[in-house]
Order: sequence, then structure tokens, then C-alpha cells
Amino acid sequence: MKFSIERGTLLRAVGQAQSVVERRNTIPILANVLIEAEGDKVSFRATDLDIEVVDKVTAQVERPGATTVPAVTLHEIVRKLPDGALVELADDGAAGRMTVRAGRSHFTLATLPKEDFPVMASSEYSSNFSAPAPVLRRLFDKSKFAISTEETRYYLNGVYMHVADGEGGRALRCVATDGHRLARIDAPLPEGAETMPGVIVPRKTVGELRKLLDDDDAQIAVSVSETKVRFATPEITLTSKVIDGTFPDYSRVIPTANARRLEVDAAEFAQAVDRVATVSSERSRAVKLALEDDRLTLSVNAPDSGAAEEELAVAYGDERLEIGFNAKYLLEIASQVDRENAVFLFNSAGDPTLMREGNDASAVYVVMPMRV
Amino acid sequence: MPALCRDCLTVFQTGRRCPACGRPRVIAHPELFELTIAHMDCDAFYAAVEKRDNPELRDKPVIVGGGRRGVVSTACYLARIRGVRSAMPMFKALDLCPEAVVVKPRGGAYAEASRAIRALMEDLTPAIEPLALDEAFLDLTGTMRLHGAPPALLLARLVKRMEEELGLSGSIGLSHNKFLAKLASDLDKPRGFAVIGRAETEDFLADRSVGLIWGVGQTGRAALERAGIRTFADLRRWQKQDLMARFGSTGDRLWHLARGQDSRRVSPNAPVKSISNETTFAEDISDPDLLDGHIWRMAEKVSDRAKAKGRAGRVVVLKLKRADHRLLTRRHALAEPTQFADRIYREARALFDQTGETGPFRLIGVGLSDIVPATQADLSGDLLDPQAAVRVGAERASDTIRARFGARAILKGRALR
Repeated sequence: MKFSIERGTLLRAVGQAQSVVERRNTIPILANVLIEAEGDKVSFRATDLDIEVVDKVTAQVERPGATTVPAVTLHEIVRKLPDGALVELADDGAAGRMTVRAGRSHFTLATLPKEDFPVMASSEYSSNFSAPAPVLRRLFDKSKFAISTEETRYYLNGVYMHVADGEGGRALRCVATDGHRLARIDAPLPEGAETMPGVIVPRKTVGELRKLLDDDDAQIAVSVSETKVRFATPEITLTSKVIDGTFPDYSRVIPTANARRLEVDAAEFAQAVDRVATVSSERSRAVKLALEDDRLTLSVNAPDSGAAEEELAVAYGDERLEIGFNAKYLLEIASQVDRENAVFLFNSAGDPTLMREGNDASAVYVVMPMRV
Repeated sequence: MPALCRDCLTVFQTGRRCPACGRPRVIAHPELFELTIAHMDCDAFYAAVEKRDNPELRDKPVIVGGGRRGVVSTACYLARIRGVRSAMPMFKALDLCPEAVVVKPRGGAYAEASRAIRALMEDLTPAIEPLALDEAFLDLTGTMRLHGAPPALLLARLVKRMEEELGLSGSIGLSHNKFLAKLASDLDKPRGFAVIGRAETEDFLADRSVGLIWGVGQTGRAALERAGIRTFADLRRWQKQDLMARFGSTGDRLWHLARGQDSRRVSPNAPVKSISNETTFAEDISDPDLLDGHIWRMAEKVSDRAKAKGRAGRVVVLKLKRADHRLLTRRHALAEPTQFADRIYREARALFDQTGETGPFRLIGVGLSDIVPATQADLSGDLLDPQAAVRVGAERASDTIRARFGARAILKGRALR
């Protein structure tokens, strides 16, 4: 195998590969990226056995072939090469070595046989559709903060992507929750997605997927089966197993009868929460919200370290209410709002609170209060 | 040389017998009235409480511990003469001393006795650091003018009062720091009074095993032995840097202890680091229902103790010992600290299920660690488990009932398994 490739193209492909490989693993081949050169294309393939990413790029292929080298090392090398360099990768098969040349730099890397590289079994996808990158970006960006990290509830360690009845008809919906907060984001249902089975896309896949979604004009080909999900651009194909579990019935969790309405400028609100939370040294910082007659008083009282209070002018016309929240959760939720005011709907100090952007029901958030 | 009669508390100058009462329980030491850090250790505490409460046991060897499968928790001195030791398996203890009377531990009675001893100690100083129900450090620095008597005399009076008023005996170690005071209390047991002065500290330690150091167990000893360190004299030959290079921060501590230096304070409020409970079964258990019952009961005990102390824990720990004595521990950090039995039980149960082990087990334990004040615990609910709030409410209600009508006034069905 021998080919030449532009440094920037190589860096992107190897970068994607090295972020998929597991840093600590006991199977040496899983630390490697499989490089296959054929025609005028070179593909870079990496896997952690749950996720597989293949990046196919154009290169000047002199001699077709394939080999595997450590992904992290190759990435480090390419990263340190000068911008715009032309990089030549070559291996002479039998010797178990691959060389990397760029300008006057010359590297030799140990290879492992390509036959040992585990290729993810292909699968029958029951549903195939195409969605614009910005739509998927919004669905996952706005929901991923609520993904749980708790391993005991493994079925919450991802984003539940499924078809649901939204406000404006059938919707492609992403839901994530960790039991303390929940995000439910809807997008118009793309053609061909009606029969899609609901799947839980793992946290790591969501992170990798994000790298495919930066281009506003790109169309992403999505394929879904009961066990796998695939996202593809013309160059990059990301295939992932989905979490084998049942996502809980989240609809019971979303309050429908919360009547006390607070409208507040999201950025002002977030800054105020952040400021008052400074005095608390506890790991979960509780902020108390006191609402009365278009006035919101945020306060933190930490007996050991200090106290803070701040007032905001808001729109609130209901009875006086005092309710506490984890400051971190409030900040995360408030930072999802980017166009209009944040609208909070409360019931009582012990019940879940709902938050949305203006009257937009295509993105709703639920947060559990805290005793203060 | 200053001397003190431990029977009549007379202070005098050297002599083998007390000039006042003529009895020979005399302690004499050049620094006797200058040392202020003490360690008080009760003699065969559990067994002593049993003998006090049941005079029939007085002249019999008594072993406190659980069942044939359990271990000896305390053996009285009559049983110790036959070779019975704490932590020895019960069957072995009974082989050595078949006529021993085995008594099940009565935690409440020991806690009660411990409180009474504590009250006597509090007459001397507020700087008391209990290590267990039956032992504590006392710092008597600066109490001379308050009591008009030196610490040695106060301590002799303390053990005398314990014998007269509570019917329990203890041994005193008196020195200039905690490490040495604890070593000293063990030198002259039972009914002992031992002194390690500054002048003799290094000589005293020289030929003793480094295994005496708190925290140096079997593995620690082996590691030290590989470095050629068996005694304190060996340890003293090392440079501080070399010890630290080899043993890390422990090295620094070893260097100081080698010279009998220990700067730890006697701190009355040593922070609680964990709350746990475990039980060794009479017979190995693999029945999941039975195990579930044990997990619940232990979660409840841990929860009761946490509530009593106003504490909560962020990490739930499950401990299992398999039939072949291999130990398995699993821990899980919660999203927020808890003190509720329901949450502790659910986490411990989930940890148990995750091990995939089916037993049989000989021991099971449940605990909380990463302890915080209860005010930081159980503040938020769980969106996905609305019933949790109901269960917590039920637990609060049953706690109230138990506080009023006794611990067994209301039980979960699960507790009867």
C-alpha cells in the first residue's frame, strides 16, 4: 500500500478515528485504525466494537493495499505536521511497518495484520431516511445535556430517538433524562421515517455524530434498525449499536397542568443564577426562587460559606411561590434558550417544573425541584 | 522518683509499697507527673459487662460472639489463658476451651456501659477521642490547676471509679503522644498502668516490631520487610527522603514514628468516614429471598445510625464474602447523598444484582461512605420514580412510630424474610 494525501484531509479522517478508539483497552487491534487504499480513495476505519466510523477520502493511490496502525500515534504525528504538507503513507506488507513521510520528516509505525481488524457485521435497516444536518444538530444538541451517566440506569445513558405525535403532527423526537431533568425536542418527521423503531443512541455516539453535523447544507442519511443506527455523509459513515433497553414512559413525567407562569429573559436569568450560586460550596448548589408580583428573587443560603440574593424583573402574576433548584440544572436548561424568553410553568414547590422557549412546544424541558 | 499508689492514690517518692496503705500496686516513673496524653482501654470489655450483669458467669470462661459460625468478639481473661483470642473462629475457640460459656453480644448494654465510662472521663477533660466503645484517647494537658492533681493521679482515679462505680476495669497508657499512649495501655493489661516517658521513647521502641504501627498490617509489614525493616531500630537507620521515595507520604509518617514522634491531636470530633453494618450467617446462604431480607435489614440499621447521627452518605457499599472466604466489595456513588433505608436498600440491591453472583455467601454487609451532614441529603426527587417520595414519606412516618413505640413496632414485610 502506498498513497499521498493532503495533511488537512488526513488529520480530519484520523482525528475521527482516534476519538472512537477506546483509550484503555486490552485488545491491541482495537487501538488501531484500518487504512484501506483502492482506486483514488482511501478509507480510515476505527471501532470500539460498539461504534464504527469509516471516513472515505480522496488520495493519490500509487499502490493499493491495506494495513492497521495505532490511531492515537498516527493522529499525534499528523497533528504536528505543518499545515498544507503532503503526506505519504506506505507499507511494504511483510515487514510489519508503515512509514509516514512529509517533507523531511520520516516516521515508522508498527502495524498489525488487517485480517485481525474486527469489522462490524452489516445489518438490515428497517428504516432509511434523509435529514438536513441542522435539524439533527438541534435535536441532539438540545437534548444531550440531560443524558444520565448513572450506569445502574443504563437505558438512560443515551438519547431516545423515536417517532411521536408532536404539537404540529407526527414528529421525529429526541428525549434524554437522568431523573433530575428531562429534555424533549421535536422536529418535523422526515419522509421515510414513519416506520422507524425507537432507539436509544448511546452518549458516545451522540458525541461522534456531532462531528458530522457542522455543515449547514449537508444532508445526513439515517438508517435505523432495532439494534443499530447509522448516520452517513458522502464521506463519513458512523454506525453504532443502540442501547439494549426500554426507555421509560417519559410522557407521564411531563407536567400538563402547571398553571403558574413565569416569563424571564433567559440570559439575564442564567447570569443571576450563576452569580448567586457562587457563595455555595456544596457539590449540589441549591438556589431558591421566590416569585411574587412580577418580581423574582433568587437566593442562596449556605450556612458555612455565605449568602447571596438578587432580584429580577419578570412577568409573573400568580400567587406567591418559593421553590428550590439545583443551580447547575437551571443553568443548563436556561442556556438551551437562544431566541425568545424562557417560560417556566410551576405547580408547587415539590412538583416538576416545565420550561420552554416562548410558546414553542417543539422543545420542552422538565426539571425536578430541590428542597431548600 | 515520683510514685503513685493506684489503690489509695497516695503520691510519694520511690518505694515498692505504698507508705500509706502498704499495698504494692505502685507506679513510679521519673516523668510520671509531666505526661498528659493517655489512652484508656477497657479489659475484655464485652465479657466484663456480661460478668457484671450475670454474676453466675464470674468464675467461668466467657466468650462473647455469634453462633458456631461466628467469630470471637471478646474473650474474658479466663478464656484467654486457654488461648482464645478476639477474631478467632468460634469453633476453634470452643476446641481450645470447650467449657466456655458463649454469650451473644448485647450491643445496647455495651453502649450503655460505654456512655457511663464516657461520663466519668468527661469529669476530667473535654478532649476525649473515642476509638471504640471500650477505648479512648484523653488529652489532659493543662488540667493540673483545674483539678489540683496531675494527670497520672486523675487517670488512676478514673479506673478506680470505673471499678467501684461501674464494675468494669480498664488499663491506662500514659505518654507524650497518641501513638505511644496506645502502645503503653497494652503493656500491662489487665488493670494496667504503663508509662512511656520522653527520655526512654527511643530505647523503648528500638527492638519492637514495626507491626505495632497503626495502619501497618500484614501487607505493610511485608513491604517494610522487603526493605529490610523489621524493628523500629531498622526504621531509624533510614533517611527521611529515602523512606518517602520508597513509601510515599507514609514514609514521612514512618520516619517520625520511628523516633516516637506523633503530632496528631486528640480530637473529640473525629469525622465519621463511613457507617456500615455486616453479618456473618450461621450457615452459608444462597437463597435470594433470604439475602434480600438481610440486605434490607442491614440497610435499615445503617439508615437508623445515619439518622441518629444526623449524617448521610453519598456512596453505598455492598460487601459479600463467598463460601471460600473471598471478599467482594462493590460501591456506587449516588446523584445526591441519602440517609433513607429505602434508597440504601435499592442501591445495595442493584449492586448485588450486578455482581451476577448467586452465592453461597457467608457474610453480607451494607454501608454508606463519603459522609456529609444530613442537611445536604435527599433534597431532590426523581422524575422517573414518583413513588420514591411516597416511600420516603412512609419511612419518615414509620421512624416516628418506631421512636415512640420501639424499634420493632412496625416492620416491612421484607424485614421478616
